[in-house]
Amino acid sequence: MTVLKTQAELVELRDALVTRAEGVARLVAVCGGTGCRALGSESVFRALESEMANQGIGDQVTLKMTGCPGFCEKGPLVVIRPDGLFYQGVRAEDVPELVAKTLVEGEIVESLLYTDAETGERIAYERQIPFYAKQRPQLLGMNSRLDPTSITDYISLGGYAALSKALSEMSPEDVIEEVTKAGLRGRGGAGFPTGQKWRITRNAPGDVKYIICNADEGDPGAFMDRAMVEGNPHRLLEGLIIGGYAIGATRGFVYVRAEYPLAAKHLGMAIDQAREYGLLGRDILGSGFDFDIGIVLGAGAFVCGEETALMASIEGRTGEPRPRPPYPSESGLWGKPTNINNVKTWANIPIIIEGGADRYAQIGTERSKGTKIFSVVGKINNTGLVEVPIGTTLRELVFDVGGGIPGGKQFKAVQIGGPSGGCIPREHLDTPIDYETLTELGAMMGSGGMVVVDEDTCMVEFARYFMDFVQQESCGKCVPCRLGTRAMLEVLTRITQGQGREGDVEYLLELGGQIKQSSLCGLGQTAPNPVLSTIRYFRDEYEAHILDRCCPSHACKPLIHYSIDVEKCTGCGRCLRKCPAEAISGAKKEPHVIDREKCIKCGTCLELCKFDAVVVE
Amino acid sequence: MKSQPRFDVGEIEELLQNGEEHGDSSLMAVLEEIQARYRYLPKDALILVSERLGVPLSQTYSVATFYNAFSLKPKGRHIINVCLGTACIVRGSRKVLDRISDRLGIQPGETTDDGELSLETVNCLGACALGPIVVVDGDHHGKMTAARAEKLLAESVPEGVEA
Amino acid sequence: MISLTIDGHKVEALEGSSILEAAREHGIEIPTLCFHEALEPYGSCRLCVVELETPRGPRLVASCVYPAEEGAMVETNSEKVQASRRMTAELLLAAAPHAKAIQELTVRMGVQEPRVSLSDNDCILCGLCVRACKEIVGAMAISLVNRGFSKEVSPPFETGSNSCVGCTTCVFICPTGAIKLEDVLGNRSVHRWESDFDVRACKLCGDHFLGPEVSTDLEKALTEE
Repeated sequence: MTVLKTQAELVELRDALVTRAEGVARLVAVCGGTGCRALGSESVFRALESEMANQGIGDQVTLKMTGCPGFCEKGPLVVIRPDGLFYQGVRAEDVPELVAKTLVEGEIVESLLYTDAETGERIAYERQIPFYAKQRPQLLGMNSRLDPTSITDYISLGGYAALSKALSEMSPEDVIEEVTKAGLRGRGGAGFPTGQKWRITRNAPGDVKYIICNADEGDPGAFMDRAMVEGNPHRLLEGLIIGGYAIGATRGFVYVRAEYPLAAKHLGMAIDQAREYGLLGRDILGSGFDFDIGIVLGAGAFVCGEETALMASIEGRTGEPRPRPPYPSESGLWGKPTNINNVKTWANIPIIIEGGADRYAQIGTERSKGTKIFSVVGKINNTGLVEVPIGTTLRELVFDVGGGIPGGKQFKAVQIGGPSGGCIPREHLDTPIDYETLTELGAMMGSGGMVVVDEDTCMVEFARYFMDFVQQESCGKCVPCRLGTRAMLEVLTRITQGQGREGDVEYLLELGGQIKQSSLCGLGQTAPNPVLSTIRYFRDEYEAHILDRCCPSHACKPLIHYSIDVEKCTGCGRCLRKCPAEAISGAKKEPHVIDREKCIKCGTCLELCKFDAVVVE
Repeated sequence: MKSQPRFDVGEIEELLQNGEEHGDSSLMAVLEEIQARYRYLPKDALILVSERLGVPLSQTYSVATFYNAFSLKPKGRHIINVCLGTACIVRGSRKVLDRISDRLGIQPGETTDDGELSLETVNCLGACALGPIVVVDGDHHGKMTAARAEKLLAESVPEGVEA
Repeated sequence: MISLTIDGHKVEALEGSSILEAAREHGIEIPTLCFHEALEPYGSCRLCVVELETPRGPRLVASCVYPAEEGAMVETNSEKVQASRRMTAELLLAAAPHAKAIQELTVRMGVQEPRVSLSDNDCILCGLCVRACKEIVGAMAISLVNRGFSKEVSPPFETGSNSCVGCTTCVFICPTGAIKLEDVLGNRSVHRWESDFDVRACKLCGDHFLGPEVSTDLEKALTEE
């Protein structure tokens, strides 16, 4: 490896890498994200490695374990470039056929293709698959083209060109100007204009400044940042170095949550490599700019996603937020001006610098430029990561990209913004997604997690789940959050147990409103949102629980009962044998009966019955 | 308890070497290392760490009790982690947890009497597309149901463990 | 000097003051619980909230920590502020129903019975004891442990703290009397924890005072002066 001392040396290296790669016709990209690994992509990779060696095609085809291309539902994913031939659900057993037919003969293996759930059509190429057709993968697109543990891969695809441009052709103020013109807003959720924040930090008095990347992605259901850090850590580093240059910081930190070990590992490797190549350290690319980055691991506290709690954690203290002002831009880490941004915000920087602000600003809405990555999960056919221009409607995301609801069930709502967000019901599906539009509807852009729920989801239980989450994660410092959300949880628990009282909903609304206004930090200030939005759009469910002691979605255990339909039951006895509470009785070939006193509503009989005879009401 | 790890002063001293210059800000990293090696934070280790890093013991103890990743009691030799993130919940992870809890006879946060298995929950592992997820000793298992969880237990639980 | 408007009155405040300080300078009373002149403001009880005009509309901010800014418009007793304080007081009563100071607070705020029952602690987690032990005494013998609803004040490992000097500042500063001085069997103990100090009783009155270690240290420090 070479220490790159000038911009020219970087260009030279890139040209050499590109030329070397030209001889190889195709790339086989196996997804190495946590999701696909959980489904066995590592064994697929090893099988490909050995089969390709056996067939002796190593010099015509490159094999790589790459970053996540987003279509997690269909993993393990293998994409063959340059065509974008898309194989899904690949297992190690499929590899011999894949290598023989596709790589040697140049033919397609039909059985590995994506099949459209509605039309039954098999689609071969990435571009044509509905999941991808509406996406603009500016950030995620590179993931399935490179090995995240290889800096040379990143460089050969144009990586670090933006850094080079910034250091040699632009002043720090120029960089801030460009980021401002691009209209980039913080992707962590609050949407504060990034260029403005950078400027404030730059102008704050003091020689020592820091930048931080918030990779504490704690929203349940969100994993965009994980895919970015695991799949393309160098892009993040490049954004950070450019940011450090612009703001006048000499040190940066990436705070990665403990639950993302692969992301931390890949990031660590990337930092080591960047140092070896002289892209981190002293006199970067001969510019005179010194900068280095350290990784700090989280330790299992959602509240550490809040910026002041995050900084406290880096300083070796408990993650308790402190009041603002002063804002981190004035007084942050160890009292110094500090600029904190989310992973995706930093990752957008090289794109803005390389292509220019005007080009960047062509995508998005009036107030919010660029693309946003969403994780689409829950009761949805095509779960995964989706990158779309801001302004795309919810309907497009849920139905066109997401492929609708599985099992023919009815869409009920989409929850956006995690525990700080709210539920958007059917009547607002045509809303274009933007920071302000979502806030008006009682939700929040947040980090980008979108959980789809259907007719079987009880919205009251859903709200209770979020309040339980908040109670577990609250730092406990301020009264409204520590005690107020506890009070809300108690009321919600009573309601889901069939012990709701008149006035409960009004009390929840009052408590929620107060907690929002009086809490010390963003966690408390947004904690009531899921409750408030479910009351706003699904009040009838709350009333059914309280006044009728009934759960319309048949989900709340104390309010439902299991029974057996005598018409459908064949008396096969499967449920009787497996019932853990021994609550089922009946003679062979005679309809069976569930004893309600004994039934613990575990759902075993429902799972096992082949005749749909178990009824839940 | 059968499988309690020994606390080795020499090992801790080694870990602390880098930490001393950075004091407070090394605390989290040092504690994470100790937790990883011993499966918990022994009291004497915390006292030693506090002295060496120049951090008040009360601060170290606060940090040890604040973060989920740290435990003051030894965890089992095998950890079963059930994700209760929103996406997994919506797909039924609570049923999976209930089934596992039932079969092992312990609640989340507890360890079996022989110190072999700990049952934990986590509020999102970031593999949401594969929910419900159960992680056994770092290995992720996706698309779990209560029935598949039973099978997984049968395969993962070592011989002779109460199940 | 900074010029701002509080409750319709134009007031002047020193640079670096908080809104609370500026208000008190001018005889405007704002209730507090976790605030103490001798300690860094903490902002956790939220009783001192006031309504501040901002470009995005009026907001509630904790006056003990929010800086007095040039041109600020503050209301210390608006409807919004009163409703917030009542809710805070009600929640505190729900958590500490037998703490006299909280009972008095709720009477002053016009709050009746709390609508939920959360716990029965005397400690309201205002943090005064911990902060005093750190900022004034410098012993850092106790701290806030655990997280969220199970947060509590404790010495390390819930047993005696070697750093405790037995000064009883924590007992003195606690607004609800949750920390009690208990002299047990010659060991000075604070609250339910034991400290390992040897304590001697006064020969004349039988009252306990600081033990030998602390007094020898003190003697040394004083004679060195």
